[in-house]
Amino acid sequence: MLNCRELTELMTDYLERKMSFRERIAFRFHLGMCGHCRAYLRQMKLTMSLLGDHPPEPMPAEVRDELMARFRTWKRRT
Amino acid sequence: MADRDDQELLARIRQGDEGAFSTIVDRHHAALRRFARTFVSSDASAEEVVQDTWMAMLDGLENFEGRSSLKTWLFRILLHRATTKGVREARSIPMAPLRDDEDGVPSAASARFDGRGRWAEPPRRWDVNTPQTDLLRRELGEQLELALRDLPPRQRTIVMLRDALGWSAQEVCNVLDVSETNQRVILHRARTRLRDALERYSREG
Repeated sequence: MLNCRELTELMTDYLERKMSFRERIAFRFHLGMCGHCRAYLRQMKLTMSLLGDHPPEPMPAEVRDELMARFRTWKRRT
Repeated sequence: MADRDDQELLARIRQGDEGAFSTIVDRHHAALRRFARTFVSSDASAEEVVQDTWMAMLDGLENFEGRSSLKTWLFRILLHRATTKGVREARSIPMAPLRDDEDGVPSAASARFDGRGRWAEPPRRWDVNTPQTDLLRRELGEQLELALRDLPPRQRTIVMLRDALGWSAQEVCNVLDVSETNQRVILHRARTRLRDALERYSREG
């Protein structure tokens, strides 16, 4: 039987699907019985999704202009 | 391997095609910038590092053989730049060799279990109503950004590439020269620390 500490340690292996079939069954069995570990897993997933939340910031016009100017200089050099 | 589309764009850039350069910049600039920002101390520095990365890409074009993808190549250049810059700004070193005392700190969480490995101090339910409002998500996002900067460099690099920029484990292993197992262990430590940070914030807030 997996205990709660072991479960938290295996969380990424579980999410990355790097577990044997037998481990996976044990993991899911524990989750089914333990609300705390279910909460922990949910929070891990939430943390990951918050990280990906960032909307891409558009490139400021003056930064783009400067970069393109540097490109033209590079072009003349080569 | 660089895909055919990238190869074609790079070939056009070699001939001085500004449109092709602009296409590639649009495709990768935001991700490069977001990544750079966690290694330097200001937005301006991040923008500077990314600009340098683009120029280094142009200067290296002749020698790029397309054995890695363009994306991988760009991030490798950026990591190198950010390292130099980070050192100058006395911040962190993304490519520093992995040391046990840095990444191997046992999770503080182990104190939260009893002798039989059961929760003694269960996770606090800060996600009770999984943040539905944009406001709450944004607030947690800001906390996360701060927590990210406190991570040891390797953890930060890996969790950024995987969870913020959506890279595959394989891509990360290629860029950072770590084994798949190591990658996973470091990713796990990073995610654990970030979750802990949000929990701490919810307790204080």
